[in-house]
Amino acid sequence: MDKRAESVEIRSASKAYGAVRALDDVSLNVGAGEFVSLLGPSGSGKTTLLGILGGFILPSSGSIFFGGRDVTWMPPHKRDIGVVFQNYALFPHMSVGENVAFPLRARRLPKAAWPEKVRAALAMVGLAGYEARGVAQLSGGQRQRVALARAMIFEPRLILMDEPLSALDKQLRESMQIELRTLHRRIGATIIYVTHDQREALTMSDRVAVMKDGRLIQIDEPARLHDHPANSFVASFIGEATLLPVRRVDACRVALGDAVLRSARPIPAEDALMLAVHSEKLLIDDGADDAARNRLTGTVTDVVYQGESLRIFLALADGTALSLRQPSHHEAHRRIPPVGGSLTVTLHPEDTIVVPKASA
Amino acid sequence: MLALVSPALLVILALIVLPVGWLVWQSIYHDGFTLENYRRIVTEDIYWRSFALTFEISLLVTVLALLLGYPVAYLANAVPRGWSVLILALVVLPFWTSVLVRAYAWLALLQRTGVINQFLRYLDVIGEPLALVHNTFGTVVATVHILLPFMVLPLYATMQKIPGDLMQAGASLGAGPTHAFLRIFLPLSLPGVLAGCTMVFVLCLGFYITPELLGGGRTVMVSMLVSRNVELYNQFGAASAVAVVLLLSVLAIFFVVSRFISLDRVLGQK
Repeated sequence: MDKRAESVEIRSASKAYGAVRALDDVSLNVGAGEFVSLLGPSGSGKTTLLGILGGFILPSSGSIFFGGRDVTWMPPHKRDIGVVFQNYALFPHMSVGENVAFPLRARRLPKAAWPEKVRAALAMVGLAGYEARGVAQLSGGQRQRVALARAMIFEPRLILMDEPLSALDKQLRESMQIELRTLHRRIGATIIYVTHDQREALTMSDRVAVMKDGRLIQIDEPARLHDHPANSFVASFIGEATLLPVRRVDACRVALGDAVLRSARPIPAEDALMLAVHSEKLLIDDGADDAARNRLTGTVTDVVYQGESLRIFLALADGTALSLRQPSHHEAHRRIPPVGGSLTVTLHPEDTIVVPKASA
Repeated sequence: MLALVSPALLVILALIVLPVGWLVWQSIYHDGFTLENYRRIVTEDIYWRSFALTFEISLLVTVLALLLGYPVAYLANAVPRGWSVLILALVVLPFWTSVLVRAYAWLALLQRTGVINQFLRYLDVIGEPLALVHNTFGTVVATVHILLPFMVLPLYATMQKIPGDLMQAGASLGAGPTHAFLRIFLPLSLPGVLAGCTMVFVLCLGFYITPELLGGGRTVMVSMLVSRNVELYNQFGAASAVAVVLLLSVLAIFFVVSRFISLDRVLGQK
């Protein structure tokens, strides 16, 4: 176990505001040094959970442990965790250097040690030499980095991040995601990261916790979350999936309208089942005589060019709409019939994901 | 454009520019141009002492209003919305009563046979009634009370604009409540402090009814000099000169303050 990181244990934490349960009996263990994202739509309770971890919100019930210590009632300034806020929360009346040195001053570290530590922290986020700048002079991306440097300078063993990239434009956001990943490996601290962007969560995290209506729905590694969703909510939230109601036929087959599809996965026992069809898992039938594959035939209703890929919309005979994605290259173009043409697509039984329907 | 704003310009001309111009004119013209009125302000002791006392009282009132008003504004800012509305309503409520009524109310409380003295004598804490009014003390107490909203409101407005997550950030970075207040909240509330202090100080400079009623004739503030010159000596020229000096003092203060913060903030435009 890494000395620089702290494990986090959330034991059935709940938070009620009047009759509203913002957080409903959530239990979650985060290993030392792990990068865990809390993912969910707004109102799912992820920010409430982060507030409880930060000590800004007291849970109505349940308890929080950092590395085995009960911190449920510990005030935020004693928790020794770095927090990066959504709008960075830089102190506007301080320079970049003073902002970054704030945790050192608050901890009454000898002043002589500050400049070197500040220099190192700013260098770590690629802002060497920015000490004297005013916060107002910085771009959004630079503010983000200052906030990171400030949250890391005291070498916290746990860092909480509340949608820290949501205010940045797409390109910057994607490059910052990769940087955060690298930074996480270098500093080794445990990171709990709140986001509503599933792509961001999948890109950076060791594990992703999907939340909805104050409850934890599923926590898993990105690949498992994507390919083994716990229910139709997770399936719809992660990736680009079309959800279609299906009927159970037997232990390895479901019926979609008239078509019977085989699945290589165990089919859940629930009555209300949904088929999650990821658009990248539908392939255009190449005519290979592979009886194991599920085949669906429909009419092309639209072809949308999206740069690196094409999205093709299909309507099955009974009107069910589906979509598939094809990489944008000549070979793929050639195989797509014009709008109104007929197209047969295949779905491998390994990719035939059947999930219980989530209660609305 | 000019046609549209001209009625407004005329009103301003008639209500502000002309009277002030007339004031200045009276102070320097009396059977020919003269600076006699100003010479007397500079040379005569009573004027000097009155100006000094006025600034002293204004400063004292400002400091007291700040010490009392800051915690009130802080509380109003910190509590949930419903409570802050209540606190602000309590601050502003006396605002809607006449200054005269409030001055007399203080008189009823503070005088020798007033509520406070009677109560203290009933408890046998004091033998002789305390001199709480008809002096500088009474003037300061009542003036602070009347001017308090002018301190609390700009403070509250400034505090409202301090993002709540800054204090959370401070706490998460290891700052205890006192440290976070001194390093984050207090510095960010300083524009409000400056705005409130300027407002209270400037208003206090020209205060009349309260010192007249509660000062007992011994606390002669500048505004009372103006009134005495007119009422007792029929000296409009002298009265105008005092008023002009007061006006210039206020303008000078605003000028200095404007070097630090936008005047819009002091005057409550933002």
